[in-house]
Formats: sequence, C-alpha cells, structure tokens
Amino acid sequence: MASMSRVSVAAIGLIVAQLLAADPGGAQEVALPHQQWSFEGVFGTYDQAAMQRGFQVYKQICSACHPVNHLYFRDLQALGYTPDQIKAIAASYQVSDGPNDQGQMFQRPGRPSDPIPGPFPNEQAARTANGGALPPDLSMIVKAREGGPDYVFGILTGFKDKPPAGFQLAQGKYYNEVFPGHQISMPPPLSDGAVTFADGTKATVPQMAHDVTTFLAWASEPSLDTRHRVGVRVFLFLIVGVGIFYAAKRKIWSVVH
Amino acid sequence: MADERPGAGSRIIRWIDHRLPFLATMEHELYEYPTPRNLTYWWNFGSLAGIMLVVMIATGIFLAMQYTPSALLAFDSVERIMRDVNFGWLIRYAHANGASMFFAIVYIHIFRGLYYGSYKAPRELLWILGVIILLLMIATAFMGYVLPWGQMSYWAATVITSLFSAVPLVGQSIVTFLWGGFTVGDPTLHRFYALHYLLPFVILFVVMLHLVALHRFGSNNPLGIDMKGPQDSIPFHPYYTVKDLFGLCVFLLIYAFFVFYAPNFLGNPDNYIPANPMQTPNHIVPEWYLLPYYAILRSITFSVFGIPAKLLGVILSFGSLFMLFIVPWLDTSPVRSSRFRPIYKWVFWLLVIDVLALGWVGFNPPQGIVVTVGQIATLYYYLHFLILLPVIGKIERPHPLPTSIATAVLGGGASLTSVGSAPIGER
Repeated sequence: MASMSRVSVAAIGLIVAQLLAADPGGAQEVALPHQQWSFEGVFGTYDQAAMQRGFQVYKQICSACHPVNHLYFRDLQALGYTPDQIKAIAASYQVSDGPNDQGQMFQRPGRPSDPIPGPFPNEQAARTANGGALPPDLSMIVKAREGGPDYVFGILTGFKDKPPAGFQLAQGKYYNEVFPGHQISMPPPLSDGAVTFADGTKATVPQMAHDVTTFLAWASEPSLDTRHRVGVRVFLFLIVGVGIFYAAKRKIWSVVH
Repeated sequence: MADERPGAGSRIIRWIDHRLPFLATMEHELYEYPTPRNLTYWWNFGSLAGIMLVVMIATGIFLAMQYTPSALLAFDSVERIMRDVNFGWLIRYAHANGASMFFAIVYIHIFRGLYYGSYKAPRELLWILGVIILLLMIATAFMGYVLPWGQMSYWAATVITSLFSAVPLVGQSIVTFLWGGFTVGDPTLHRFYALHYLLPFVILFVVMLHLVALHRFGSNNPLGIDMKGPQDSIPFHPYYTVKDLFGLCVFLLIYAFFVFYAPNFLGNPDNYIPANPMQTPNHIVPEWYLLPYYAILRSITFSVFGIPAKLLGVILSFGSLFMLFIVPWLDTSPVRSSRFRPIYKWVFWLLVIDVLALGWVGFNPPQGIVVTVGQIATLYYYLHFLILLPVIGKIERPHPLPTSIATAVLGGGASLTSVGSAPIGER
C-alpha cells in the first residue's frame, strides 16, 4: 500500500508538472509579464478606487467602439457608487425603449435597471465603422483570454510605433507585441493624460491600463469578492470537519487495530 | 430483522417494515453489511463517487431552473446565472468543477480496481456495470459541456459528432440525424439538453445495480483474498461510515479549493466567447478527462488494410474503453491483489504513466514529437491489455497469499491458500 501511495504522489506530481509546462494557447508568442492585481489570492478583492478610474477610462475611451453586453447600470454599485450616483450615470445615456401605445420605439434617459448600451446597434454597424473588424464585447474579455488580466494589460501597453525590421504590417493594422500574430485592428487606445482622474491619480498609460483592466476583471467576474469571502468560511468549516472526523475515526477504530 | 432489536422504533415503523421491509433492508445493507477489516483509503473513492453523483444531480436541477437551451439565449442565460441568480455562481462552479472531481474520483476508483484485481471472479458483472457507468458519464459530460454554448462547446460538439461520419456509406446521414440539421445548431442543443437531463438518472439506476452486485460478495480488499468468517470483517457502520466521512471532508477541501479559488483553472477561456460557427478556435481541446481518448483518436494518421485513418482512430479511441469490458477475461492470473504479483505490480504503473502520457498528447497540438509519443502510447495501451495482461498471468510466480485477512492484519503466519467465494448471505 505504501508503495502505491508513494508512486501515486509521484504520478500526481508528473501531471502537475505537465500542466504547468505545456502551453495551452500555443499562439502566445511573447511571455506575458505578470502584474500585481488586488483581486489575486485567497483574500483578494477588487480595488474600488481603481475600478472607478477604470470605468472612467472605459466610458471616455473604450466605449467608443466596445460594448459591455452583460453589465447593467445597477451593477455599478459594486464599484462603490451610491444609488443616486448610479441614477445620474444611467440618465446620462439615451436608451431605446418601446413600443409605446402608438406602436413607436422611443428614446429615453437610462435607468439603473437598463443594460449599459453599446456603441453600435448591431455587428454590421460595428464592422462598417471599424474597417471590417469587430470590436469584441469587453464584459467577458478577462475570462475569455488566456492570461486573463495580464493579457488585457499586455495588449493595452503592448503597442509599438514601428514594427521590427522585416515585419510586413498590413494596411490599417497596428503592431502589438502581445496580440497573437502581432497585427491588431485596434489603434493604440491610450495615451498619457487622455483622461483626467478626479482623485488626482496621474493618468499614465500603464496606470490607465491597470485601472481599466481591474474594472474589466470585475465585469467578467463580479462574484469574485463574495466567492473569496465565502470560500474562507467554507475552508474553516471543512478544516474543523476534518479534525472532528479524524478524531472520531481514530477513536472508533481503536477497538479494531 | 429490525423487529428483533431492542428499541427498534415505534409500532408504526414496525407495522410498515413488516409489510415493506425498506428500513430493514437499509439496516442490513448499510449498518451490518460485513466489510473486510483491512480496507485502505483507496476504498473511499466508491462512496465519494456516489456522493458526487448526488451533488451533480442536485446542482444540475437548480441550474436547469435558470438555463435556456436555445442557441440564441443559452450563453446569456449562463451569464445570467453567474451574475443575477442568488449564489448562481456557486451552483454553476460547483457543477462545472464537480464534473472534473467526479471523473478524477472515478478514474482513481477504476485504477484501484485494476491494481487490486477487483474485476476478477466473482465480481465480473460488478466491474462491467462500472464500465457502463463510465461510458454514460462520458456521454453526459460531453453533452453538458455543449450547453453553455461557448466557442469550445460548439466546436467540441462539431468535432465529436463528426466522428460518426467515419462510418462507411451512411456516416454523413448519421451525423445529419444526430445534429437535427446540416450543422450543429438549435436542434442539437435542445436534444443535448434533454439527454443531459436524462442520462444522470440512467447512471443512478446503473449505480444501484452496481451496488446490488457489490453487496452480493462484498468489497474486495488490499489482500485480494475472500472474507472467510466474522473475524475477517467489521460492520460497515460505524467503521467505514466514519472513515468515509473523514475522507469526504478531505476531498471537499480539494473540491472547495477549485470552486472558490480556481473555478476556471480546469476550463478553457475560449468557452467564455459565445459560439461562432464562422470562426474555428486555434486549438480545439476537450476537457482534461477526455484527453487520452482524444489523443488516441488523433494518433492514427495512417490507414491500415484500406481502413481510413479517421475510422481507425475512432475505432481505437472507443476501443480503449471497450477494452475494459473484457479485462476480467484478459487477466489470466488467479491472484487478485498486485501486492502478491511481482511483475504485474510494475506493469500496472506503466499503464498509469501511459495514460498520463496520452493525456499530455491530447492536450498539445499534434505536431512533431507529440504525434510520435501519441502513437507509441496508443500502441502500448493496447499491448498492455491484449498481450501483457494475459501473458503475465501465465508466466508470473505470485508470492504466497496469507491464510486469512485476520491473520494478515492481526499478525501470524502466512501461507498459500485456495481462493473460493460464497455470497455474503450464505455464510
């Protein structure tokens, strides 16, 4: 039995080593530098100040092309906004509603219960406005890419003015170190000072990239804070359970051995 | 039986039990049920698998209350569960990671059976029912993976159903029939949902048969010799109930780690991109528990005797599972436990390494060394079952078996003894 346990520990080690060594994406050509994120680790939570700055970056820059399909205005409460602030944010958007009693669609100011409207009415409109490329939905982007927040941060900070010598850049494309194939249809979205943060934080490109990534990480996984909190309690509960049942097992089996 | 015990419950319970001996039967099968006294923690995985089946059905029913099986709404309805349903994220992550846990447990359970010869007479049908459960689990898991209707869902469904196009002459018609159309689409999703809801209850039924077969002769044990009397066994309760509960708590810690702290580690990021029939992902990779079969499928890059490579790959991939059905007759050794089998003991671990190698092959894009490793590992897999298993049983000289479980556990001499079995009730 001891030998079976020992060999199986070795076997598990092998699997883990294998999972860590293998490259699942295959397409990743540049190693992603790892950034520090507030939501990492067992006790990680989203940094509300960073999320609010990130939402500002999204609203003033990204939202020109990218929707956040799965977000509602009411969700913004998680960023630390008060219900009144959320009402004001929602009211600054015009949303399409209807049909009314006359059978007409109409525009009205947004309400907290509305989904946050995207920049384009449909995919065709989005492609036409972007030279044939479709700006992806950002409300899932951090979960939908290998590397998660590091990938999104990498894309936002990975633009190079000039491609390396010998690299053929197609018409209307931009060179990005992190993007698979290095040719991305998105022009570099961030530049130093592109937004002015109310809290006085200096709006450098890495700062804006970091903040908007934090906001988008939350948009992908809004339940993370609760999940981490509940997880700690579940672990404490189970550790107590392990102790109790181990003691009970020892006691009950003492007659048999 | 319950009638005879002092304080066996109220008169009403006795009245019912006299006419419908449900409680008495449970009493016999769960409390008194004589169990070998020497079971190790490797025997925890059977009850763990049963518990995971219940967890999967319970979480699945709650998900079904919120999920919409339509190609237009499926992806968004899953996100609704994650964002707007109270603790929906917990139910979904418990279900998605639960599938991985269920497979991990069942694979350990199967390898334990292979190591200790749990498939040998008189437990062949017990083993075969187990293999049927595995097949049903694979079908259920595959269809469940399609339901979120992400990119990997869609393309996994396309790749796997397309396998049937390898069938000569009628292949393409079968595929169209399975899809309910000319591509994977709305009708495919609807039927997968219906079957994904049905199959777990079929599994539950086969699990009950598995238990009936198990309780006929009782558990095998690390020595692989039969219980010969009361000195060899202990009642299931409280000894193994408390041991199983302890094991369950340890397992739940691992399960909880994935659910709360790495819920997407075992998943694929592409499945958070809505299904897009116009765009194939770079690498279509199944869930980890299907990687070895996928590796065998892709390893066959050549045709043999006019059988096209694709068809041969499909046959060998399915065959790797069907091989398990005939294991009781492929293994010619009369000794169950590998503890007493000096050669097979090592060959067993080579099989484990082989299956892990196949998993690695299935995970990586089929280029260069990966293809070669896959072909060698596939060949070795079949070599193990079709040649090594029968031959080693003939040429191996097993170590002497202990006379009884009690002497081996409580000390005393060991000597070779004949192997004979009697059903539990007839002792």
